[in-house]
Amino acid sequence: MTALPDFRLSRWAPLAALLTTSVLLTACGSGGDDSGSGSSKPKSGGTLTFAVSSDAGCVDPQQSGSNESIYSVRQTVDSLTDQDPETGKVVPWLAKSWDINADATQFTFHLRSGVTFSDGSKLTAQVVKDNFDAVPKLGALGSLPQGYLSSVESTTVVDPLTVKVTFKEPNAQFLQATSTHSLGIESSASVKKSPQQKCSEGAIGSGPFVLKQYVQNQSITLVKRTGYDWGSALWSKKGEAYLDKLVFKVVPEAGVRAGSLQSGQVDAISSVGRANEAALGGGQVTLLRRANPGVVFGLGVNNSRPVLKDAKVRQAILAAVDRKQIADTVFPTGTQPATSVLAHTTPDHTDLSADLALDAAKAKSLLDEAGWKAGGDGIRAKDGKKLSLTIAWFPNAATNQPALELVQQQLKDVGIDVVLKQGQVSQFATTLQGGDFDLVWSNVTRADPDILRSSFSSKLANFYRLPASSLDTALSGQAATTDAAKREQLVAEAQKLIVQNAYNVPVVELQTQLGVSKKVHGLAFDSGSRIQLHDTWIG
Amino acid sequence: MRRYVIKRLAQAVGVLWAAYTVSFLVLNFLPGDPVTAMAGAGMDSGDVDPARLAALRHQYGFDKPVLVQYADYLGRAVRGDFGDTVSTGRPVTSTLADALPQTLQLTGAALLLAVLLGGGLAVVATYTSRRWLRQLLLSLPPLGVSVPTFWVGLLLVELFSFRLRWFPAFGNDGLQGLVLPALTLAIPTGALVAQVLAKSLLTALDQAYVETARAKGAGRWRVHLRHALRNASLPALTVVGLLVGQLVAGSVVVETVFSRDGLGRVTAAAVTAQDIPLVQGVVVFGALIFVATNLLVDLVYPLLDPRIVVASDRGASFA
Repeated sequence: MTALPDFRLSRWAPLAALLTTSVLLTACGSGGDDSGSGSSKPKSGGTLTFAVSSDAGCVDPQQSGSNESIYSVRQTVDSLTDQDPETGKVVPWLAKSWDINADATQFTFHLRSGVTFSDGSKLTAQVVKDNFDAVPKLGALGSLPQGYLSSVESTTVVDPLTVKVTFKEPNAQFLQATSTHSLGIESSASVKKSPQQKCSEGAIGSGPFVLKQYVQNQSITLVKRTGYDWGSALWSKKGEAYLDKLVFKVVPEAGVRAGSLQSGQVDAISSVGRANEAALGGGQVTLLRRANPGVVFGLGVNNSRPVLKDAKVRQAILAAVDRKQIADTVFPTGTQPATSVLAHTTPDHTDLSADLALDAAKAKSLLDEAGWKAGGDGIRAKDGKKLSLTIAWFPNAATNQPALELVQQQLKDVGIDVVLKQGQVSQFATTLQGGDFDLVWSNVTRADPDILRSSFSSKLANFYRLPASSLDTALSGQAATTDAAKREQLVAEAQKLIVQNAYNVPVVELQTQLGVSKKVHGLAFDSGSRIQLHDTWIG
Repeated sequence: MRRYVIKRLAQAVGVLWAAYTVSFLVLNFLPGDPVTAMAGAGMDSGDVDPARLAALRHQYGFDKPVLVQYADYLGRAVRGDFGDTVSTGRPVTSTLADALPQTLQLTGAALLLAVLLGGGLAVVATYTSRRWLRQLLLSLPPLGVSVPTFWVGLLLVELFSFRLRWFPAFGNDGLQGLVLPALTLAIPTGALVAQVLAKSLLTALDQAYVETARAKGAGRWRVHLRHALRNASLPALTVVGLLVGQLVAGSVVVETVFSRDGLGRVTAAAVTAQDIPLVQGVVVFGALIFVATNLLVDLVYPLLDPRIVVASDRGASFA
């Protein structure tokens, strides 16, 4: 679930942290037998052991939504394109070049020759067509690729190495979508398997690593693909990967992951929360951080609620939230307060921090103007009705509850009463669809600004019940242009409209934080804040 | 005796049916269904086709009236078929069967440790004539019962894995990986055994037959073990029936702390994903284990204490 980014909720994480800080810090001083941080010259060979927090029960990249699974299964497939995490620019991978028509309805990819899958079969235009044609049959777990291809009309083979994808309506996001693991290309034999079979056996891909063994809830073992020679344009090493073997161990408990890394039982761990940072600060470990691109964590507003239909009330909430306090007290070190509805790592992000500054006086006067007058108990009221709102939230991250308790306190300071209502993670989608919420704590990870259209266009699912407005025009416009400058300008306009009208209350960016042993080098984030391990080596 | 056995069997079947029905009702009263939950991942790319959701619901039978679903499921469940899990599409029974050996290993080792440690403690505490030692030993079980399992687990991992590096911190590999989780699970269980056994041993030692045995010249150890322990073990045996349930429940926590595969992990995952068929399978399976052990205990009673069957055959209720 990328929509529900998954550091597992861990009830005893704070306790584990207490234990590990008190005991491990002393252990660090005495255990100096490690071979130092190693040489700076890359070398091949070795095994990387990586502890992740959960197993989603599926090792098919096209059907994986959880970061904890994507870290491993991503390595087994290549995509048509790759996306530079620094610039957001899409670069060649399996496709050496591509053409897009003017209204972004036709995408033609020119494939690289000589690419083979791990079953020996060759990459051809027909294989790409087979992949895209099979996506609608993937079932519920295939919702990510299905979304990317939702308005597809046809995929046609132009010649053995040229494939054309045609959409019914403009779909500029598709180019970035081809860089994701969800549209990773699998061999034709793999595509013919049933979705369940692909889940349990894994996909046959052309990636730098091959799935060797999958033990549910325990481990995923990958080995190097020998002869690999078609890496992404972004990678520094040509040819095969450095590492011989990758072992992903499932270790649900955050404190155990941290201790295992510190004691050398694993080389890297995922989902390091604030509580475990201190324990890992002994000098043997590097903490890698990157904000997830996409819609930041914030309050999704049900714009059809009578109270929230009033823009002044929404804007008052926007001004009453102290983003910095929340980022600094609850989230891992380095987490940034929201500067727009999009995280700063999303292409075409616009800095709107001036509009998102804390201004309690402004919030109060906006509420006064809207007719909500301060009452004796500090809570505002209008026509005898208290200004009370419910925030629905789901325990998919340990940070949710403390963050929302702060929001609750901050809103109370300007006279808004907030009730926090916890639901089951599995009810998240139902809640959004049903629309029975005032405010909902949510975020979405996606490295393309088109996520704004999926989330806020009144013409699509419109979970946040926005009224039709000029925002729709900007959102449809950016989906229909291939001109980078024009798209950036439209995306900027959309961000401004969303923030200034407070259709959403952005709060804080979600940051992915990994703990990596000092002897591991070249472990880098990709554009979606997941990892690529082709360039990784141990020294 | 036959009437006693039949009565106990009928009760066992009744408990199983009730567990099935209650869990079915509770799961169906929950808002949302697993198909929508899975499609929630689709938030990344916007909307999910409602027609496809409907097709999936149909595939799993979630679109039928509740009573029809209940009858369908119950009919198949009686034949041992709990359907397929929603999250992986594998049959529920084989998912459980795969997880069972690891949990049996864990709970078996824990039960053995619990009986040895708990029983040993009770016997020594009641045998010793040193007051301070008895007081010390008897104060351990309440402590063992009250400390949270996950805390004990984390403490053991911290000491024996991270610091001393004697045992691995996670995984199902071999006997080495079994030591810490089994010990963690054995502590609260053993404490309970010790509490019950110590109490009934003390009661037994006050009985007239102990006096008689002593008068006949039996040694202290002999009186303690042959006479008192044998009679005192009956209440402890009753507790063992309950302990099995406690062990299975404890495995949810222990398997998570120690990253072990098994029924506990399957349960935790199934609940989080609202995987109705799997949760249902887990509930019924848990009830089955519980019922089977208690049935076994009920059937062993008469062998230890013949008065029980006599009472039951007269129609008097013993439970």
